[in-house]
Amino acid sequence: MKYERELKTAFKISIPVMMGYGVLGFAFGLLLVSFDYSWYLAPIMSLFIYAGALQFLAINFFNLKAGLIDIAIASWFINLRQSFYGLSLIKRFKKTGNIKAYLIFGLTDETYALLTSIKDDEQLKKKYYYFFLTAFNQSYWFIGSTIGALVGSNIKFNTAGLEFSLTALFVVLCIEQYKNLQNPIPFVIGAFSSFFALIFIPSDKMLIVSIIIALGLLFLFKGKLENE
Amino acid sequence: MSNIELYLAIAVMAGVNLITRVFPFLFFAKRDLPKSLVFIEKFFPAVIMTILIVYSIKSVDITIPPYGIKEFGSILFVLFLHLTLKNYLISIFLGTIFYMILVQYI
Repeated sequence: MKYERELKTAFKISIPVMMGYGVLGFAFGLLLVSFDYSWYLAPIMSLFIYAGALQFLAINFFNLKAGLIDIAIASWFINLRQSFYGLSLIKRFKKTGNIKAYLIFGLTDETYALLTSIKDDEQLKKKYYYFFLTAFNQSYWFIGSTIGALVGSNIKFNTAGLEFSLTALFVVLCIEQYKNLQNPIPFVIGAFSSFFALIFIPSDKMLIVSIIIALGLLFLFKGKLENE
Repeated sequence: MSNIELYLAIAVMAGVNLITRVFPFLFFAKRDLPKSLVFIEKFFPAVIMTILIVYSIKSVDITIPPYGIKEFGSILFVLFLHLTLKNYLISIFLGTIFYMILVQYI
């Protein structure tokens, strides 16, 4: 095969993501059908949205019957971090031609981490290597979530508490953020604004309101944050 | 939600998600990030992750027994796992099992 080398290297590097996306995708599919949504929504979402945390939260949006504008704003803020990923990849993606669009579409947290941490092997044709890596990762997420949804709709077992997988995911991401920043202020701001919104705002608007309060506080404490 | 509403919601999320990923390639391919955005880039992910923890357990009523102890305990358990074993899969997997046992059997 013409690009066997690229394919093999991409596969080898993607194995940790296979474990991660397989398990989390499975949990997502299982959770989705536990609220009686059709199993095929899982593959549709994994194909077209392809964003872990957002797909989990989508189940909440469905349950709350959230309005489209609220969904759009919340999704934008939840995935805002992705807007900064691309910055370090602009150069690398320059010569990827017709597959660039797919590479950008598939830029999840994990794919970004792999693309930025691997050393470039001069012998590999980068364009195809990046493509295989991105496609492998998406296929793990797609397959994991589809199997989870199918298993969940055919085998009935008690899934009460399964939704905690989302909370656990955010706790883990939060710890990783803390390791980078070593500064408690953003976490205090997040906790304050979300508890405030939780107590005083109806639950379908809670997320948006907490984000707005948090942004305000963030700019209020801008000087203090940047001095540390 | 009706089927149409579900598909519209999925389309909106797919579109917005794509915009967040395309954004830097459209606007910052040739110039640097403005200072205010550098600030947001650095601190906003930590803020949103904290908010999402609270958001994900918002349906828990802490004024009635067991006062959210199960959620709080499970979060502490995930913290402990992640700080000691440093493997995100183990933290999420065991943390969820732990919570499911608390909810289903206790």
